[in-house]
Amino acid sequence: MTVAEWLALARANAEKRGLPDLIPVLEGLAKATTQLRAADWNDDAERDPKDDGEVADDDR
Amino acid sequence: MTIAELAPKVAAGTITSEKLTENCLATIADLNPRLNAFITVTADLALARARQADKEIAGGRRLGPLHGIPISLKDLIDLEGMPTTAGSLVRKDHVATTDAVVTRRLREAGAVFVGKTNLHEFAFGTTTEDSGFGPARNPHDPSRSPGGSSGGSAIAVATGMSLGTVGTDTGGSIRIPAAACGIVGLKPEWGRISATGVVPLSRQLDHVGPLAASVADAWILYNAMQPAAARVRELPDAAAVKGLRIGVLAGYLFDRLDADVERSVRGTIELLKSKGATVTEAALPHADDMATVYLHLVFGDAAEYHARTLESRPHDYTPNVRLRLEMARYVLAEDYIRAMRGKTIIAHEVDRALEGVDVLVCPALSIPAPPIGAVTMPVKGGVEAVRTLMLRCTQPFNLSGHPAISLPCGNTPTGLPIGLQLVGHKGRTHALVQAALAVEAVISYS
Repeated sequence: MTVAEWLALARANAEKRGLPDLIPVLEGLAKATTQLRAADWNDDAERDPKDDGEVADDDR
Repeated sequence: MTIAELAPKVAAGTITSEKLTENCLATIADLNPRLNAFITVTADLALARARQADKEIAGGRRLGPLHGIPISLKDLIDLEGMPTTAGSLVRKDHVATTDAVVTRRLREAGAVFVGKTNLHEFAFGTTTEDSGFGPARNPHDPSRSPGGSSGGSAIAVATGMSLGTVGTDTGGSIRIPAAACGIVGLKPEWGRISATGVVPLSRQLDHVGPLAASVADAWILYNAMQPAAARVRELPDAAAVKGLRIGVLAGYLFDRLDADVERSVRGTIELLKSKGATVTEAALPHADDMATVYLHLVFGDAAEYHARTLESRPHDYTPNVRLRLEMARYVLAEDYIRAMRGKTIIAHEVDRALEGVDVLVCPALSIPAPPIGAVTMPVKGGVEAVRTLMLRCTQPFNLSGHPAISLPCGNTPTGLPIGLQLVGHKGRTHALVQAALAVEAVISYS
């Protein structure tokens, strides 16, 4: 689901639940989620996040 | 006077615990109507415990430096027989059936509990404005926030309503109010102090720790809060400033600062350098991503904890906290997992930044205490949301889990306190406190 699709669903749900005040804050959350998804660690999901790029002795 | 100064006098019987407790209770009676630091005051229990402590001491029984010392607890920490409101009307009928682990340890150390302090509702905020029991106010300027979420705790220590206190810190909630109120706040390494019996915000980011009038007092409280096997008998010696290796976290943590905060923090770093500290620059490559990583984790965890009461008692929440908790329920699992990966990377980057230095240094709080009701504040680089600014310097170390301490390093021209933050290596909180004792001494004599 793209952030835009998620936001459309979330807005509709907030309206259905009678919580219109949620809509502007959901837009803020959408911006944060867009940034999170753009973070470079998502480009290499197979990599162990603790790995700093060096080869451990055991692996040589 | 501090706990470290008073403890020998209590032990020697030259000051009684009853007298100290009466003084704190009198200060609460005097100031609490204006500052709203306490939700519950346990005067009768405190006086009874204080008299018991005096008898024990007179009989030769000594439990350590907290024996007979009046302290307070943030009101999301269980104290047997008393309400734990978490600052919310959602929990107004709750009564703790047993002590939290940290409460029990402090009780066993002889501490006297004078009451439960106000907080931002469910610790989900940085100002202590949104509390079901009304906003708490900064003792340096009651039109301003004391910081949060442990705002009542910081007020209590800053004014002498209690001599020490216990808070919690999920994104800065010990260090932020400590900085805003001009006291010391220690966020231990994650997992060092039990959170059992503490209302959670995010179990993976929550830290339980002390707020106190001095670094030594923070250590005394922290030491007693640890498991017995981890405690040490002696107060740490201050590190030597000459040769202390300091890494300054340049970039992100300095690029949205109030001008007075920047002047004071940079001035303190220069002062340390002039006393022989070695100062180098350090960096956190993913610093710009920290706020979004933090937000997705806290939201996911808070949504899970609050789901049932948001459905059953939505109107018992304060409007702002309810709105943010409702927003939290929309975080997707896939984004929560992305944030968990980010958290691991950030923890690794803080370890890397600490390589070759004893401590990292940065501000504890980007701005002085904001006016109550302020939504934004001007800083270098523009106008920013108060909440974002208040979390900016502290939340990285909740994500990373490293021990961190805030201590006063100056005041604005209008007298509002400014806080400096030191961050230490994991497994070396003792060394962090030694460095903080040294920095505190240098600042005190400057």
